[in-house]
Amino acid sequence: MSKPYYDAADLRKFGKITEWSEELGTKFFDYYAKVFEEGALTAREKSLIALAVAHTEQCPYCIDAYTKDTLQRGITKEQMMEAIHVGAAIKSGATLVHGVQMMNKVNKLDG
Amino acid sequence: MATKSLKKLGNDLAQSNKQIEILSNGIFKSGELPTFKDKISETSQFPIKAKKLEILQINVGYMCNQVCDHCHVDAGPDRKEIMTRDTMRQCLEVIKNSGAHTLDLTGGAPEMNPDFRWFVEEAAKVGIKDFIVRSNLTIIRANKKYYDLPEFFKKHNVHVVSSMPHWTRGKTDKQRGDGVFDKSIKALQELNAVGYGMPGSDLKLDLVYNPSGAFLPGDQVAMEKDFKKALMDDFGIEFHNLFAITNLPIARFLDYLIASENYEDYMYSLVEAYNPAAVENVMCTNTLSISWDGYLFDCDFNQMLELPVNSKSRHISEFNEELLEGRNIVISQHCYGCTAGAGSSCQGVVA
Repeated sequence: MSKPYYDAADLRKFGKITEWSEELGTKFFDYYAKVFEEGALTAREKSLIALAVAHTEQCPYCIDAYTKDTLQRGITKEQMMEAIHVGAAIKSGATLVHGVQMMNKVNKLDG
Repeated sequence: MATKSLKKLGNDLAQSNKQIEILSNGIFKSGELPTFKDKISETSQFPIKAKKLEILQINVGYMCNQVCDHCHVDAGPDRKEIMTRDTMRQCLEVIKNSGAHTLDLTGGAPEMNPDFRWFVEEAAKVGIKDFIVRSNLTIIRANKKYYDLPEFFKKHNVHVVSSMPHWTRGKTDKQRGDGVFDKSIKALQELNAVGYGMPGSDLKLDLVYNPSGAFLPGDQVAMEKDFKKALMDDFGIEFHNLFAITNLPIARFLDYLIASENYEDYMYSLVEAYNPAAVENVMCTNTLSISWDGYLFDCDFNQMLELPVNSKSRHISEFNEELLEGRNIVISQHCYGCTAGAGSSCQGVVA
Protein backbone atom coordinates (compact mmCIF):
# COMPACT_ATOMS: atom_id res chain seq x y z
CA MET A 1 0.00 0.00 0.00
CA SER A 2 1.36 3.40 -0.92
CA LYS A 3 2.09 5.95 1.79
CA PRO A 4 -0.66 8.57 2.16
CA TYR A 5 0.18 12.23 1.57
CA TYR A 6 -0.98 13.19 5.03
CA ASP A 7 0.68 11.72 8.11
CA ALA A 8 -0.91 12.71 11.44
CA ALA A 9 2.52 12.56 13.10
CA ASP A 10 3.71 15.39 10.80
CA LEU A 11 1.66 17.85 12.85
CA ARG A 12 4.22 17.45 15.62
CA LYS A 13 6.88 18.68 13.17
CA PHE A 14 5.03 21.90 12.31
CA GLY A 15 7.42 23.99 14.39
CA LYS A 16 10.32 22.78 12.26
CA ILE A 17 9.29 25.04 9.37
CA THR A 18 11.34 27.76 11.09
CA GLU A 19 14.50 25.75 10.39
CA TRP A 20 14.38 26.67 6.70
CA SER A 21 13.17 30.21 7.17
CA GLU A 22 13.67 31.28 10.72
CA GLU A 23 12.54 34.89 10.56
CA LEU A 24 9.33 34.31 8.62
CA GLY A 25 8.50 31.13 10.53
CA THR A 26 9.01 32.82 13.87
CA LYS A 27 6.92 35.81 12.83
CA PHE A 28 4.14 33.46 11.76
CA PHE A 29 4.15 31.54 15.05
CA ASP A 30 4.28 34.75 17.10
CA TYR A 31 1.30 36.06 15.14
CA TYR A 32 -0.51 32.74 15.46
CA ALA A 33 -0.02 32.64 19.22
CA LYS A 34 -1.23 36.23 19.56
CA VAL A 35 -4.34 35.57 17.49
CA PHE A 36 -5.43 32.77 19.82
CA GLU A 37 -4.90 34.70 23.04
CA GLU A 38 -7.92 35.67 25.07
CA GLY A 39 -9.20 38.98 23.64
CA ALA A 40 -12.50 40.52 22.64
CA LEU A 41 -13.35 36.92 21.82
CA THR A 42 -12.73 34.18 24.36
CA ALA A 43 -10.12 31.51 23.63
CA ARG A 44 -13.02 29.06 23.60
CA GLU A 45 -14.87 31.01 20.88
CA LYS A 46 -11.67 31.23 18.87
CA SER A 47 -11.16 27.50 19.15
CA LEU A 48 -14.64 26.84 17.74
CA ILE A 49 -14.04 29.28 14.87
CA ALA A 50 -10.74 27.52 14.15
CA LEU A 51 -12.48 24.15 14.14
CA ALA A 52 -15.07 25.36 11.62
CA VAL A 53 -12.42 26.95 9.39
CA ALA A 54 -10.29 23.80 9.62
CA HIS A 55 -13.18 21.98 7.96
CA THR A 56 -13.90 24.53 5.27
CA GLU A 57 -10.18 24.56 4.49
CA GLN A 58 -10.21 20.77 4.62
CA CYS A 59 -6.93 20.72 6.55
CA PRO A 60 -6.58 17.34 8.30
CA TYR A 61 -3.83 18.62 10.59
CA CYS A 62 -5.99 21.55 11.66
CA ILE A 63 -9.01 19.29 12.17
CA ASP A 64 -6.97 17.02 14.46
CA ALA A 65 -5.48 19.96 16.34
CA TYR A 66 -8.72 21.85 16.91
CA THR A 67 -10.81 18.79 17.68
CA LYS A 68 -8.37 18.12 20.50
CA ASP A 69 -8.28 21.78 21.50
CA THR A 70 -12.07 22.11 21.68
CA LEU A 71 -12.32 18.87 23.70
CA GLN A 72 -9.72 20.22 26.12
CA ARG A 73 -11.85 23.30 26.61
CA GLY A 74 -14.82 21.16 27.61
CA ILE A 75 -16.72 21.93 24.42
CA THR A 76 -19.32 19.27 23.67
CA LYS A 77 -19.55 17.26 20.45
CA GLU A 78 -22.91 18.88 19.71
CA GLN A 79 -21.31 22.34 19.89
CA MET A 80 -18.44 21.16 17.71
CA MET A 81 -20.77 19.81 15.04
CA GLU A 82 -22.85 22.99 15.09
CA ALA A 83 -19.71 25.02 14.48
CA ILE A 84 -18.88 22.83 11.48
CA HIS A 85 -22.38 23.39 10.12
CA VAL A 86 -21.81 27.13 10.37
CA GLY A 87 -18.66 26.67 8.29
CA ALA A 88 -20.51 24.42 5.86
CA ALA A 89 -23.39 26.90 5.52
CA ILE A 90 -21.01 29.73 4.68
CA LYS A 91 -19.08 27.50 2.27
CA SER A 92 -22.21 26.37 0.44
CA GLY A 93 -23.69 29.88 0.60
CA ALA A 94 -20.50 31.21 -0.94
CA THR A 95 -20.91 28.76 -3.80
CA LEU A 96 -24.58 29.48 -4.28
CA VAL A 97 -24.30 33.27 -4.06
CA HIS A 98 -22.11 33.10 -7.18
CA GLY A 99 -25.23 31.77 -8.85
CA VAL A 100 -26.34 35.40 -8.94
CA GLN A 101 -23.29 36.21 -11.05
CA MET A 102 -24.19 33.31 -13.34
CA MET A 103 -27.77 34.60 -13.56
CA ASN A 104 -26.53 38.13 -14.33
CA LYS A 105 -24.31 36.77 -17.10
CA VAL A 106 -27.08 34.65 -18.54
CA ASN A 107 -29.42 37.62 -18.53
CA LYS A 108 -26.82 39.77 -20.24
CA LEU A 109 -25.87 37.21 -22.88
CA ASP A 110 -29.17 35.52 -23.45
CA GLY A 111 -31.64 38.24 -22.44
CA MET B 1 -17.73 1.02 29.82
CA ALA B 2 -15.76 -1.13 32.24
CA THR B 3 -17.66 -3.41 34.60
CA LYS B 4 -14.72 -5.15 36.27
CA SER B 5 -11.27 -4.07 37.42
CA LEU B 6 -8.18 -4.95 35.37
CA LYS B 7 -7.15 -7.14 38.30
CA LYS B 8 -10.38 -9.13 38.19
CA LEU B 9 -10.12 -9.46 34.41
CA GLY B 10 -6.57 -10.83 34.71
CA ASN B 11 -5.33 -8.01 32.47
CA ASP B 12 -1.50 -7.74 32.32
CA LEU B 13 -1.77 -4.05 33.13
CA ALA B 14 -3.06 -4.90 36.60
CA GLN B 15 0.61 -5.64 37.31
CA SER B 16 2.60 -2.53 38.15
CA ASN B 17 5.83 -3.91 36.61
CA LYS B 18 4.07 -4.31 33.25
CA GLN B 19 2.92 -0.70 33.40
CA ILE B 20 6.39 0.54 34.25
CA GLU B 21 7.83 -1.55 31.42
CA ILE B 22 5.47 0.10 28.89
CA LEU B 23 6.18 3.55 30.28
CA SER B 24 9.95 3.05 30.23
CA ASN B 25 10.35 1.42 26.82
CA GLY B 26 9.18 2.35 23.31
CA ILE B 27 9.27 6.06 22.59
CA PHE B 28 11.28 6.75 25.72
CA LYS B 29 13.87 4.01 25.34
CA SER B 30 14.42 4.85 21.66
CA GLY B 31 15.13 8.46 22.63
CA GLU B 32 12.22 9.75 20.56
CA LEU B 33 11.00 11.46 23.72
CA PRO B 34 13.21 12.49 26.65
CA THR B 35 12.71 10.59 29.88
CA PHE B 36 11.24 12.62 32.74
CA LYS B 37 14.58 12.39 34.54
CA ASP B 38 16.42 13.86 31.53
CA LYS B 39 13.81 16.56 31.15
CA ILE B 40 14.02 17.83 34.71
CA SER B 41 17.80 17.53 34.61
CA GLU B 42 17.87 20.14 31.81
CA THR B 43 16.73 22.74 34.35
CA SER B 44 18.75 21.24 37.23
CA GLN B 45 15.59 20.08 38.96
CA PHE B 46 16.75 16.49 39.41
CA PRO B 47 16.42 15.01 41.95
CA ILE B 48 13.10 16.38 43.17
CA LYS B 49 13.38 16.66 46.94
CA ALA B 50 10.61 16.26 49.47
CA LYS B 51 9.93 19.43 51.46
CA LYS B 52 8.23 19.71 54.82
CA LEU B 53 5.27 17.35 55.16
CA GLU B 54 1.95 19.18 54.89
CA ILE B 55 -0.56 16.68 53.52
CA LEU B 56 -1.23 13.08 54.47
CA GLN B 57 -3.22 11.38 51.75
CA ILE B 58 -4.62 8.11 53.02
CA ASN B 59 -6.08 5.52 50.69
CA VAL B 60 -8.50 3.61 52.92
CA GLY B 61 -9.28 0.97 50.29
CA TYR B 62 -9.67 0.21 46.62
CA MET B 63 -13.31 -0.89 46.91
CA CYS B 64 -15.68 1.34 44.95
CA ASN B 65 -19.30 1.30 43.80
CA GLN B 66 -18.19 2.60 40.39
CA VAL B 67 -15.88 1.22 37.70
CA CYS B 68 -14.77 4.36 35.88
CA ASP B 69 -13.00 4.07 32.55
CA HIS B 70 -9.98 6.09 33.60
CA CYS B 71 -9.52 5.07 37.22
CA HIS B 72 -5.81 5.10 38.07
CA VAL B 73 -6.52 3.00 41.15
CA ASP B 74 -8.25 0.27 39.11
CA ALA B 75 -10.91 0.44 41.82
CA GLY B 76 -14.29 -1.27 41.70
CA PRO B 77 -16.78 -3.44 43.59
CA ASP B 78 -14.51 -6.46 43.07
CA ARG B 79 -11.51 -4.87 44.82
CA LYS B 80 -11.33 -6.08 48.42
CA GLU B 81 -8.23 -4.23 49.66
CA ILE B 82 -9.43 -2.31 52.72
CA MET B 83 -7.53 -0.47 55.46
CA THR B 84 -8.00 -2.04 58.89
CA ARG B 85 -8.78 -0.13 62.07
CA ASP B 86 -5.30 -1.06 63.37
CA THR B 87 -3.64 0.66 60.42
CA MET B 88 -5.99 3.61 60.89
CA ARG B 89 -4.82 3.82 64.53
CA GLN B 90 -1.23 3.98 63.33
CA CYS B 91 -2.23 6.76 60.91
CA LEU B 92 -3.87 8.65 63.78
CA GLU B 93 -0.65 8.50 65.79
CA VAL B 94 1.20 10.02 62.84
CA ILE B 95 -1.46 12.70 62.40
CA LYS B 96 -1.08 13.64 66.07
CA ASN B 97 2.69 13.77 65.99
CA SER B 98 3.58 15.04 62.53
CA GLY B 99 3.51 18.53 61.05
CA ALA B 100 0.83 17.62 58.52
CA HIS B 101 -2.04 20.11 58.55
CA THR B 102 -4.19 18.47 55.87
CA LEU B 103 -5.70 15.01 55.85
CA ASP B 104 -6.94 13.72 52.53
CA LEU B 105 -8.97 10.50 52.50
CA THR B 106 -9.28 8.69 49.22
CA GLY B 107 -10.08 5.27 47.75
CA GLY B 108 -11.95 3.66 45.86
CA ALA B 109 -14.94 5.11 47.58
CA PRO B 110 -13.51 5.88 51.05
CA GLU B 111 -17.03 5.78 52.51
CA MET B 112 -17.18 2.03 51.77
CA ASN B 113 -14.51 1.22 54.33
CA PRO B 114 -16.49 -0.14 57.33
CA ASP B 115 -14.35 1.96 59.69
CA PHE B 116 -14.63 5.12 57.62
CA ARG B 117 -16.92 6.95 60.06
CA TRP B 118 -14.89 5.88 63.08
CA PHE B 119 -11.75 7.16 61.43
CA VAL B 120 -13.32 10.50 60.49
CA GLU B 121 -14.60 10.96 64.06
CA GLU B 122 -11.23 10.11 65.60
CA ALA B 123 -9.19 12.14 63.13
CA ALA B 124 -11.47 15.15 63.51
CA LYS B 125 -10.42 15.37 67.16
CA VAL B 126 -6.73 16.02 66.49
CA GLY B 127 -6.82 19.54 65.09
CA ILE B 128 -6.32 18.98 61.39
CA LYS B 129 -6.79 22.28 59.50
CA ASP B 130 -8.30 20.79 56.36
CA PHE B 131 -10.01 17.41 56.46
CA ILE B 132 -10.75 16.26 52.92
CA VAL B 133 -12.86 13.30 51.80
CA ARG B 134 -12.70 12.48 48.09
CA SER B 135 -16.23 11.37 47.35
CA ASN B 136 -17.45 10.02 44.03
CA LEU B 137 -20.90 11.49 44.89
CA THR B 138 -22.92 8.47 43.74
CA ILE B 139 -22.02 6.65 46.96
CA ILE B 140 -24.35 9.08 48.75
CA ARG B 141 -27.22 7.66 46.66
CA ALA B 142 -25.95 4.07 46.36
CA ASN B 143 -27.62 2.62 49.41
CA LYS B 144 -29.75 3.98 52.24
CA LYS B 145 -26.96 3.40 54.76
CA TYR B 146 -25.11 6.22 52.98
CA TYR B 147 -28.05 8.63 52.66
CA ASP B 148 -27.05 10.55 55.80
CA LEU B 149 -23.48 11.17 54.62
CA PRO B 150 -24.12 14.89 53.89
CA GLU B 151 -25.21 15.37 57.55
CA PHE B 152 -22.28 13.27 58.78
CA PHE B 153 -19.84 15.33 56.71
CA LYS B 154 -21.39 18.53 58.04
CA LYS B 155 -21.17 17.37 61.66
CA HIS B 156 -17.42 16.83 61.31
CA ASN B 157 -16.79 19.81 59.04
CA VAL B 158 -15.40 17.55 56.35
CA HIS B 159 -14.18 19.24 53.20
CA VAL B 160 -15.90 17.34 50.37
CA VAL B 161 -14.02 17.05 47.09
CA SER B 162 -16.13 15.33 44.49
CA SER B 163 -15.47 13.91 41.06
CA MET B 164 -17.62 15.41 38.32
CA PRO B 165 -16.35 14.63 34.84
CA HIS B 166 -18.60 17.08 32.98
CA TRP B 167 -21.71 19.21 33.26
CA THR B 168 -23.42 17.12 30.60
CA ARG B 169 -25.03 13.73 31.18
CA GLY B 170 -23.51 12.12 28.09
CA LYS B 171 -19.87 12.81 28.87
CA THR B 172 -20.23 11.97 32.55
CA ASP B 173 -22.03 8.66 32.00
CA LYS B 174 -19.58 7.67 29.25
CA GLN B 175 -16.68 7.92 31.65
CA ARG B 176 -18.36 6.72 34.82
CA GLY B 177 -21.30 4.55 33.84
CA ASP B 178 -24.98 4.93 33.01
CA GLY B 179 -26.96 6.84 35.60
CA VAL B 180 -23.90 8.34 37.31
CA PHE B 181 -24.75 11.86 36.16
CA ASP B 182 -28.28 11.87 37.59
CA LYS B 183 -27.14 10.35 40.89
CA SER B 184 -24.28 12.85 41.12
CA ILE B 185 -26.66 15.76 40.52
CA LYS B 186 -28.99 14.48 43.24
CA ALA B 187 -26.05 14.07 45.64
CA LEU B 188 -24.81 17.60 44.91
CA GLN B 189 -28.29 18.97 45.57
CA GLU B 190 -28.36 17.11 48.89
CA LEU B 191 -24.96 18.51 49.83
CA ASN B 192 -26.20 22.00 48.91
CA ALA B 193 -29.31 21.43 51.02
CA VAL B 194 -27.24 21.01 54.21
CA GLY B 195 -25.12 24.04 53.34
CA TYR B 196 -22.23 22.58 51.35
CA GLY B 197 -20.86 24.64 48.50
CA MET B 198 -23.00 27.70 49.17
CA PRO B 199 -21.41 31.13 48.70
CA GLY B 200 -19.70 32.17 51.94
CA SER B 201 -20.29 28.76 53.56
CA ASP B 202 -17.52 27.14 55.58
CA LEU B 203 -18.75 23.77 54.39
CA LYS B 204 -16.39 23.38 51.47
CA LEU B 205 -17.55 21.57 48.37
CA ASP B 206 -15.10 21.41 45.47
CA LEU B 207 -15.43 19.50 42.24
CA VAL B 208 -12.76 17.62 40.32
CA TYR B 209 -12.77 17.57 36.55
CA ASN B 210 -10.61 15.20 34.57
CA PRO B 211 -10.85 14.80 30.79
CA SER B 212 -13.07 12.06 29.42
CA GLY B 213 -10.50 10.95 26.85
CA ALA B 214 -6.94 11.17 25.51
CA PHE B 215 -6.50 14.91 25.88
CA LEU B 216 -5.28 17.30 28.55
CA PRO B 217 -7.54 19.42 30.75
CA GLY B 218 -8.24 22.96 29.57
CA ASP B 219 -7.79 26.14 31.52
CA GLN B 220 -9.05 25.55 35.07
CA VAL B 221 -10.53 29.04 35.52
CA ALA B 222 -12.48 28.86 32.23
CA MET B 223 -13.68 25.33 33.02
CA GLU B 224 -14.84 26.38 36.48
CA LYS B 225 -16.85 29.22 34.93
CA ASP B 226 -18.52 26.82 32.49
CA PHE B 227 -19.25 24.24 35.20
CA LYS B 228 -20.72 26.86 37.53
CA LYS B 229 -22.95 28.35 34.89
CA ALA B 230 -24.24 25.01 33.57
CA LEU B 231 -24.83 23.40 36.98
CA MET B 232 -26.59 26.51 38.27
CA ASP B 233 -28.70 27.09 35.16
CA ASP B 234 -29.72 23.46 34.74
CA PHE B 235 -29.96 22.21 38.33
CA GLY B 236 -29.54 25.15 40.73
CA ILE B 237 -26.30 23.64 42.08
CA GLU B 238 -23.60 25.67 43.84
CA PHE B 239 -20.03 24.65 44.57
CA HIS B 240 -16.82 26.44 45.54
CA ASN B 241 -13.88 25.51 43.32
CA LEU B 242 -13.20 23.27 40.35
CA PHE B 243 -9.90 21.38 40.24
CA ALA B 244 -8.79 20.36 36.75
CA ILE B 245 -6.70 17.21 36.88
CA THR B 246 -4.67 15.54 34.14
CA ASN B 247 -5.22 11.82 33.58
CA LEU B 248 -1.97 10.01 34.33
CA PRO B 249 -0.98 7.18 31.99
CA ILE B 250 -1.33 4.34 34.46
CA ALA B 251 -3.77 1.48 35.18
CA ARG B 252 -7.12 1.73 33.36
CA PHE B 253 -6.24 4.98 31.62
CA LEU B 254 -3.04 3.41 30.29
CA ASP B 255 -5.07 0.42 29.14
CA TYR B 256 -7.48 2.77 27.37
CA LEU B 257 -4.65 4.74 25.74
CA ILE B 258 -3.08 1.58 24.37
CA ALA B 259 -6.37 0.00 23.24
CA SER B 260 -7.47 3.20 21.48
CA GLU B 261 -4.01 3.67 19.89
CA ASN B 262 -3.62 7.01 21.64
CA TYR B 263 -0.69 6.13 23.91
CA GLU B 264 2.12 7.69 21.84
CA ASP B 265 0.17 10.83 20.96
CA TYR B 266 -0.83 11.31 24.58
CA MET B 267 2.75 10.98 25.80
CA TYR B 268 3.85 13.47 23.12
CA SER B 269 1.16 15.86 24.32
CA LEU B 270 2.36 15.54 27.92
CA VAL B 271 6.00 16.06 26.99
CA GLU B 272 5.23 18.98 24.66
CA ALA B 273 3.20 20.63 27.43
CA TYR B 274 5.98 20.09 30.00
CA ASN B 275 6.28 23.13 32.25
CA PRO B 276 9.39 23.38 34.45
CA ALA B 277 7.56 25.86 36.70
CA ALA B 278 5.08 23.10 37.63
CA VAL B 279 7.92 20.89 38.93
CA GLU B 280 8.48 23.27 41.84
CA ASN B 281 5.00 22.62 43.21
CA VAL B 282 4.19 19.02 42.38
CA MET B 283 2.15 17.46 45.16
CA CYS B 284 4.73 14.81 46.01
CA THR B 285 7.02 17.44 47.53
CA ASN B 286 4.74 18.15 50.50
CA THR B 287 2.51 15.06 50.53
CA LEU B 288 2.79 11.48 51.66
CA SER B 289 0.49 8.84 50.26
CA ILE B 290 -0.38 5.96 52.56
CA SER B 291 -1.72 2.74 51.08
CA TRP B 292 -4.53 0.63 52.52
CA ASP B 293 -1.93 -1.68 54.07
CA GLY B 294 0.11 1.15 55.57
CA TYR B 295 3.01 1.55 53.12
CA LEU B 296 4.33 5.00 52.29
CA PHE B 297 4.56 6.47 48.78
CA ASP B 298 5.39 9.86 47.30
CA CYS B 299 1.96 10.07 45.67
CA ASP B 300 -1.16 8.06 44.89
CA PHE B 301 0.20 7.24 41.42
CA ASN B 302 3.46 5.85 42.77
CA GLN B 303 1.33 3.83 45.19
CA MET B 304 -0.50 2.23 42.27
CA LEU B 305 2.78 1.56 40.47
CA GLU B 306 4.19 0.07 43.69
CA LEU B 307 7.11 2.50 43.74
CA PRO B 308 7.74 2.99 47.48
CA VAL B 309 9.36 6.05 49.05
CA ASN B 310 13.11 6.29 48.84
CA SER B 311 13.58 6.23 52.60
CA LYS B 312 14.27 3.84 55.45
CA SER B 313 10.87 4.86 56.79
CA ARG B 314 8.61 2.88 54.48
CA HIS B 315 5.61 1.92 56.58
CA ILE B 316 3.23 3.89 58.78
CA SER B 317 4.33 1.72 61.74
CA GLU B 318 7.89 3.03 61.33
CA PHE B 319 6.98 6.58 60.31
CA ASN B 320 9.85 8.98 60.80
CA GLU B 321 9.29 12.53 59.59
CA GLU B 322 12.98 13.43 59.83
CA LEU B 323 14.00 10.51 57.66
CA LEU B 324 11.31 11.31 55.10
CA GLU B 325 12.00 15.03 54.79
CA GLY B 326 14.48 15.79 52.04
CA ARG B 327 14.17 12.34 50.47
CA ASN B 328 14.57 12.00 46.72
CA ILE B 329 11.15 11.63 45.08
CA VAL B 330 10.79 8.46 43.01
CA ILE B 331 9.99 9.35 39.41
CA SER B 332 9.09 7.70 36.12
CA GLN B 333 7.53 8.81 32.83
CA HIS B 334 4.05 9.09 34.37
CA CYS B 335 5.32 12.16 36.25
CA TYR B 336 4.94 14.15 33.02
CA GLY B 337 1.22 14.07 33.87
CA CYS B 338 1.73 16.33 36.90
CA THR B 339 4.01 18.79 35.09
CA ALA B 340 2.12 19.36 31.84
CA GLY B 341 0.69 22.82 31.18
CA ALA B 342 -0.37 24.48 34.39
CA GLY B 343 0.52 21.29 36.24
CA SER B 344 -1.80 18.92 38.02
CA SER B 345 -2.33 17.84 41.57
CA CYS B 346 -5.18 16.66 43.73
CA GLN B 347 -5.81 20.39 44.33
CA GLY B 348 -5.82 21.17 40.61
CA VAL B 349 -3.26 23.34 38.82
CA VAL B 350 0.05 24.11 40.51
CA ALA B 351 1.67 26.70 38.23
